[in-house]
Amino acid sequence: MTYAVMFYALCALILVSSATVALSANIIYSAFSLLFAFIGVGLIYAMLSADFLAITQLMLYVGGILVLILFAVMLTYQIEDSKRSNQSFSRWLALPMAAGLFALLTAAVLLAPWKPHAGEPPFGPMTAEIGNSLLGPYRLPFEVVSVLLVVGVIGAVVVARKEIRER
Amino acid sequence: MHIGLTHFLVLSAAMFCMGVLCLLSRKNAIGLLMGIELIVNAANVNLVAFSHFFGNAVAGQVFALFGIVLAAVGVTVALAIVLALYRTFHKSIEVDSASTLRG
Repeated sequence: MTYAVMFYALCALILVSSATVALSANIIYSAFSLLFAFIGVGLIYAMLSADFLAITQLMLYVGGILVLILFAVMLTYQIEDSKRSNQSFSRWLALPMAAGLFALLTAAVLLAPWKPHAGEPPFGPMTAEIGNSLLGPYRLPFEVVSVLLVVGVIGAVVVARKEIRER
Repeated sequence: MHIGLTHFLVLSAAMFCMGVLCLLSRKNAIGLLMGIELIVNAANVNLVAFSHFFGNAVAGQVFALFGIVLAAVGVTVALAIVLALYRTFHKSIEVDSASTLRG
């Protein structure tokens, strides 16, 4: 029962904050409601017995990605000028398209014959298992992702630096 | 009231559509980036929900972890591009101001 109440509360949090992200006229409001959407998703992970992922979500998304996005917003905008900061176009076209997509996806989810394992799904600590499988069966993607991180950081520096032309 | 797999899937579908709505109705490059983040998060919720309801298989959570890392890399590079846009196109990061290649 408490599980259901928590689920619906988190649903409300996530949906309201992601609607604000999508529709708010001021980009600062969008950035801050993105914070609540990320926290809600982290709590949803906790409800799905993914403790390690919940903490990772808080550390990486809230502590890293969101701070980066806020940085970029503050660097690039005159915040007071909300008219300029978040112009949107053709919202009345976009809204029915997104609603139609949602109806399609929901119909697919409800009609598909899922066969989850019977009984209550187990809850338990997953960190040890994730660590073992990262260095066991998933060690190749693990290494590739580490290379990708280095490439991403170097690429970001190269793209964002000021070009100094020597003549 | 029983909360099952489909509840989580519908939640993530709703989140995905919010992300798509954000992508469709924005011109601002950072706003587009936020939409992409919402979409990646929805996909991760899907992966973790499947992993939980199919017997706590660890594979779904590992893939969600990789998804988070990929989103982080994407945001880093995309924000660098946004800063370059801002410098190049006269202090504007609306994506339709970058139309130098239009014939």
